[in-house]
Amino acid sequence: MKLTLNVWRQTGPTAPGKMVRYEMPDVNPDMSFLEMLDVLNEGLIQKGDSPIVFEHDCREGICGSCGFMIDGKAHGGFPKTTVCQLHMRHYKDGDELFLEPWRATAFPIVKDLMVNRSAFDRIIQAGGFISVPTGSAVDGNAIAIPKSNSDRAMDAAQCIGCGACVASCPNASASLFTGAKIAHLNLLPQGQPEKLDRALHMVTTMNEEMFGSCTNLRECEATCPKGISIENIAIMNRHFVEASFAHRPTASEAGAG
Amino acid sequence: MATAVVPKSKIQQSLALYQSSIGKKYVVAITGALLFAFTVGHMLGNLQIYLPNAEEALISYAKLLRTSMEVLWVIRIGLLTAFVLHIVTIAQLYNLNRSARPQAYVKKTPTVSTFASRTMYVSGPILFFFVLYHIAHLTIGNVHPNYQEMNPYRNLVWGFRQPLAAGFYIVAMSMLGAHLTHGVWSMFQSVGFNHPRYTPLIRSFATTAAAVISLGNISIPVCVLLGIIGKDVV
Repeated sequence: MKLTLNVWRQTGPTAPGKMVRYEMPDVNPDMSFLEMLDVLNEGLIQKGDSPIVFEHDCREGICGSCGFMIDGKAHGGFPKTTVCQLHMRHYKDGDELFLEPWRATAFPIVKDLMVNRSAFDRIIQAGGFISVPTGSAVDGNAIAIPKSNSDRAMDAAQCIGCGACVASCPNASASLFTGAKIAHLNLLPQGQPEKLDRALHMVTTMNEEMFGSCTNLRECEATCPKGISIENIAIMNRHFVEASFAHRPTASEAGAG
Repeated sequence: MATAVVPKSKIQQSLALYQSSIGKKYVVAITGALLFAFTVGHMLGNLQIYLPNAEEALISYAKLLRTSMEVLWVIRIGLLTAFVLHIVTIAQLYNLNRSARPQAYVKKTPTVSTFASRTMYVSGPILFFFVLYHIAHLTIGNVHPNYQEMNPYRNLVWGFRQPLAAGFYIVAMSMLGAHLTHGVWSMFQSVGFNHPRYTPLIRSFATTAAAVISLGNISIPVCVLLGIIGKDVV
């Protein structure tokens, strides 16, 4: 089938970018979207042009590397699908598609369709971890966890950090990402020691990284390739406010701590 | 590289809470809840226009509200504070959100968000100007063609006989309906209440309440324009 692609080309972080039109005369419907771009890039390299830069790694929908906007929808807007798992059979002969990188102050463009998502790493560094004692492993079954909590924590843990939530949000908010990472650990017993610090530090970092605020439009939830619910944002909001009120200085008053 | 700063004193803590986008959303949600409660009460007051002796009913309702001017002013100042906080806070969030994405997409397609939810920044400012006009029109009466002190019924009929004024009321109340369909469920989410059993009910409640308030209020200028209300006013 025949496709027309309009791809955002930008040579570097500070260079001005523009949409460039490419004709794809013979696209195999069994290709994934990234394979289709591989074919386009082969042609560009043969012609001596620079290939379109896009991020990818596992191509199985689990690593979170790939992702860009297709026709104004993150990952193309198909339910629970990353762009590497999106196949060309979803498109029709003669379609014209617009490909753009995630756009957010917090995600500066590296080149073409690739953005720098280090801001997510810094949110994780601020509190997306638990402290575990060294020594022999604790018997897994010794810690009782309500089934519904473990299910919700596992659902939140599915986040692959692809950035589609930020990209699809009209406010470029990272609330779904941060909410999922907070809820994932705060719902489990292992996450309790750092529960309030986690909420406080991760949200503070999220704000400092210049992500926007949540206006509850649910665009993130709809385009999340892992189907993560905005219930996680509500959990984050609760725990953050609780942490803001409950936070106390590190030293205990009697000096015994 | 940004690192998390933990606030030290209590004042810093409260400020940090307000400075955070989540703290601001709590302010918008709580003030929004107060303003929503006011729109419910205001609409119920308005609907007395459909009572058999509407003129008497509305005059006695106006007197009832003014039983104690002190109490009335406490409520007015409370509402004004909520109104100002709601607008100032959301304006700050609006600026934050614009700076979070300085370069717009060439093409952006909304998926599940409702038209009303995406246009809160349009319905909100229209409602702000409506409130200013409405107070000048029917509370103070300085932009009213034929204002009579303490006779809401006649003021309303005279006021709405001007098609432009009635038209603005109808537009503004449609905007209020749109604003509430998103705002009323959204305030629960903002304060951290989201539950698979209750959130669908809250969303239905928001849509129903928005429709009732909006249509209940719109019916009044429409009935005046059609001559159903105010036959006795010449």
